[in-house]
Amino acid sequence: MKIHQISLFAENKPGHIAAPARLLAQEGIDIRSMYLADTQQYGILRMIVSDWQKAARVLEEQGFVAKVTEVLAVEVPDRPGGLADVLGALEGTGINIEYMYGFPYPVGDEAILIFRFADPDAAIAHLQAAGINLRASEELLKK
Amino acid sequence: MNAILETGVTDCHPASAPDYTPLEQLRALQLKRLRAVAARAWQQVELFRSRMDERGLVPEDIRSPEDIAKLPFTVKSDLRDTYPFGLFASPMKDVVRLHVSSGTTGKPIVVAYTQEDVDVWTSVLVRCLAGCGLHRGDIVQIAYGYGLFTGGLGAHYGAEALGATVVPTSVGHADRQIMLMKDFGVTAMCCTPTYFLHLIERAAELGLDFKELPLRAGVFGAEPWTESMRRHIENASSIEAFDIYGLSEIIGPGVGCECRRHQGLHIFEDHFYPEIVDPETGAPLPEGTEGELVLTTLSKQAMPMIRYRTRDITMLLPGRCECGRTLRRIGRIGRRSDDMLIIRGVNVFPSQVEAALLEIEGTLPHYQILLTREHGLDQMEVQVEVTPHMFNDKIGALQGLHEKLQGALDRVLGIRVKVALVEAHTIERSQGKAKRVIDRRAE
Repeated sequence: MKIHQISLFAENKPGHIAAPARLLAQEGIDIRSMYLADTQQYGILRMIVSDWQKAARVLEEQGFVAKVTEVLAVEVPDRPGGLADVLGALEGTGINIEYMYGFPYPVGDEAILIFRFADPDAAIAHLQAAGINLRASEELLKK
Repeated sequence: MNAILETGVTDCHPASAPDYTPLEQLRALQLKRLRAVAARAWQQVELFRSRMDERGLVPEDIRSPEDIAKLPFTVKSDLRDTYPFGLFASPMKDVVRLHVSSGTTGKPIVVAYTQEDVDVWTSVLVRCLAGCGLHRGDIVQIAYGYGLFTGGLGAHYGAEALGATVVPTSVGHADRQIMLMKDFGVTAMCCTPTYFLHLIERAAELGLDFKELPLRAGVFGAEPWTESMRRHIENASSIEAFDIYGLSEIIGPGVGCECRRHQGLHIFEDHFYPEIVDPETGAPLPEGTEGELVLTTLSKQAMPMIRYRTRDITMLLPGRCECGRTLRRIGRIGRRSDDMLIIRGVNVFPSQVEAALLEIEGTLPHYQILLTREHGLDQMEVQVEVTPHMFNDKIGALQGLHEKLQGALDRVLGIRVKVALVEAHTIERSQGKAKRVIDRRAE
């Protein structure tokens, strides 16, 4: 039920995101969603891509420091209270959200949120028990 | 600078008398003290005795000052390897002071003083300051760091013993330094030359011109500086700038100092015996030839140093100084024979940076040291390439790593440096080897 996210280290300077983006474009890899977490000095570019294995390989070959992390793609009903319901399923479980970010477009009728949990397996169990759907692969995240 | 000459005050302090010892008498005193210090080290310091044994030497083999060349060298790593007390020649009950300086890796080096050593140190500082034309009635602000560093306390005791009024500001807080200089009518500053440049710049920002202050002398040391820097300082502040030399391993500041002729630095030869050797072979070099300065402490009790390799490159200047002192002079130190950096007066070795990085990471990432000068102050940035092993997709984890690196470097180096995490393969390599130090301070 987990999907793979590629993260990249980037200095907070002009042009430092362009080089990896160009490389992925050359390799025909589609960036489905991305999020830049930044500090004054540097940033972490997190991406869900169409082919994570290939993306990790080509980035590494070109000397980028890339890391593959397992995250959850959670369906969130696109209505007021949708996110509150999802988070409600985790309330009181002690499961910590490391970070989260949204998908730029709805998939089917659903909004998608990407979550990185400290304990993803426990999160899966609690979310599924609450009837919340997870997208099990990057392929299920096409427009 | 002519103003001082016109006051008629010369360096007539009684403590300066040994500066004028007739040569024959000085050489005899040196030989007597050299034999005594070699005997002391041989009896008390195991490392020295074993090195003498290897050469089949005993202290009695020293029959002339030239025989010093038979003795084994002492190097900085000897102080590290015997950390903390292995080179002490006095029992701790006789040691009244410990100072700490940076070693070449993580561990610092320790130096010790008996009361007699502190008194000698004070006396040579008095001779330094008197030679710079300072005397009772001067108000001396000491902006060398006080504490484990020898600079602050060394200059402090000397200036007090001279009879001057001491303002012990230590380093930092530029605005307060400037305020006190002005309000107290400070007449002499002791600090690193770059810190003084910083104060000049800061004062200008505050609308204060150093030329309007009573300040007339600066005794600058703890880092190499140039004649052009001297001209700049003297022009910007209407003072007479003196170069003072020393190192913790020998005693601290006060091993040598310029007199008012500014023709090299007089070494206080009755306490410190200078030699110049070939930095590669260790062979003694004649006067007037550039090489590595080697110093032997002639009177040190707690921690005698026999033929200590300073790594400072200079020469013994031929001939006698016009000031009348019989003490030999060395040229100003321009460079070193090792990779030691001097940052805001503090000794830093690239190997210390490596030790700190290794301590945190377990492996050595590519790194580079970038030195710049901002507002007259040295800035040091350590750029560290982020490896896959170090990288984490959580900002908090990267910041944690950043803080750990910062903490380790601060602790090992003893000064605040900037740490920058940079992308892999962005530090330039030549023939596969990264250039470790980029020094842009002179630009």
